[in-house]
Amino acid sequence: MNAFLLLGLGGMVGVLSGMFGVGGGFLMTPLLFFIGIPPAVAVATEANQIVASSFSGVLAHFRRRTVDIKMGLVLQAGGLMGAALGVVVFNYLKALGQVDLLVKLCYVVFLGVVGGLMFIESLNAIRKSKKAGGAAPAARRQRGWVHALPFKMRFRTSGLYISVIPPVLVGVCVGILAAIMGVGGGFIMVPAMIYILGMPTKVVVGTSLFQIILVTGFTTMLHATTNYTVDIVLAVLLLVGGVIGAQIGTRIGVYLKAEQLRILLALMVIAVCVKLGLDLLLQPAELFSLGEAGGH
Amino acid sequence: MRKLLLSALTAAALALLPQSAAQAAKEEVVLGLSQDRVAITATFDGSEILIFGAVKREAPIPTDEPLEVIVAVSGPAPSVMVRRKEKKLGIWVNVDSVLVDSAPAFYAVATSAPFAQVLNDTEDLRYRVSIKRAIRSVGAAMHIRGAQAFADAVVRIREKNGLYSLRENTVAVDQQTLFRTAIEMPADLTEGDYQTRIFLTRGGEVVSSYETTIDVRKVGLERFLFSLSREQPFLYGLMSLAIAIAAGWGASAAFSLLRNR
Repeated sequence: MNAFLLLGLGGMVGVLSGMFGVGGGFLMTPLLFFIGIPPAVAVATEANQIVASSFSGVLAHFRRRTVDIKMGLVLQAGGLMGAALGVVVFNYLKALGQVDLLVKLCYVVFLGVVGGLMFIESLNAIRKSKKAGGAAPAARRQRGWVHALPFKMRFRTSGLYISVIPPVLVGVCVGILAAIMGVGGGFIMVPAMIYILGMPTKVVVGTSLFQIILVTGFTTMLHATTNYTVDIVLAVLLLVGGVIGAQIGTRIGVYLKAEQLRILLALMVIAVCVKLGLDLLLQPAELFSLGEAGGH
Repeated sequence: MRKLLLSALTAAALALLPQSAAQAAKEEVVLGLSQDRVAITATFDGSEILIFGAVKREAPIPTDEPLEVIVAVSGPAPSVMVRRKEKKLGIWVNVDSVLVDSAPAFYAVATSAPFAQVLNDTEDLRYRVSIKRAIRSVGAAMHIRGAQAFADAVVRIREKNGLYSLRENTVAVDQQTLFRTAIEMPADLTEGDYQTRIFLTRGGEVVSSYETTIDVRKVGLERFLFSLSREQPFLYGLMSLAIAIAAGWGASAAFSLLRNR
């Protein structure tokens, strides 16, 4: 594999993640599939790379005190369970030879949903800003079931007094995604934290980064020890490219309008989703594939 | 074990042919290799091994048929899982699989003339030289219908990736005595002992054979990382994480330094 291609790929996704403020895992992993890296390796290695980018990101949030550590720990507890569960499922399907399918299907579904929603939402935002002066929708805090649950705990930084069950469940879901898809899961967790847990927006990103570090780190360890699919050289190449790209991207992002930026990202996500989907739907040129025999 | 058996077979085959050997006079291979080990480093992008040699003989060169040379290099043969896709509910999924016990990870045959001219079928069957014969021995579970299709797929996919190749007319033979060829090895080599066989043939019959091994090993950083990841996966995982954390911290520190200036 060409080192410069990987550096470039890391850089490109880095620029995008800097521009859009996303982790980039959900773009990087499919791109790794496209250049021929086996999905199992791509997922495990990408988890390792996310540790680096999240760590870099969370430091800034710690300085600004926008991390709810207590909430992060509760999410992490769930995340670790989810990651363990995800790796078990992953390895089971790997033994069956279906792991590539599982990973790709997950990507098609998630990229399709996220890309589609983002596209519609940013189209609406553009239309609204053209009409000008549309009143922002009233903040709707979920009361009801979240507050009826037991095991309540006080989260000072977020100013919440809620049951630990919803955050743990959110953590579990994100952990499963991290293990199976090699993503940080920020794109699921951030909306969940805002809409389900009702956390204030300013602590959401920092807290989710904080949670992602431990969960992807744990995922990396699980993949490294159970199926040896973490490729340290690949991770370092992607990482170097990604870190530099992210800084460039942040600067470019300043000059673009938020809605246009999001439409661009949405289109890109949809394009990747369509490409992955077509790979599953169209007859492949080679029906047979070779894999390492399991058990060693 | 397999190698032992093979050389024993070769010896037996040679012993069975005293008349023809006497007729053709005794011809033996004296071999040279440009390198008998290939080091896979972190930046390894393939290698070319020069195989050259001479034919030692105690009688004048037989005049009946020209001397031809075959060089066959065969990599280690770990078992490989072959899976077949089929359309289920609109998408292509792996439906069945066959474990092919042993198929060499690399196999190259170089000949001094078109293959059919250099070696006849019976001899090919005996020595398992051609790609088809060399892989034919794979122990695919024959109870699965169409198991042969799976073995064929191994050959097809590896031929496409340049791992299996038949290179006709690539051995240069000079004065029926000196021969040389270059075997190209791709970047994604499996490490292990590469069995190298050289056959001298006349009129499609093997008159002499010679066997040696080329040692393909990962070295340096590549070796270190590979063995660490297999033998100390926990340590390897921790190291991956440490590198990631250090890189993340380094990037954050470096850029905040840049920004503050």
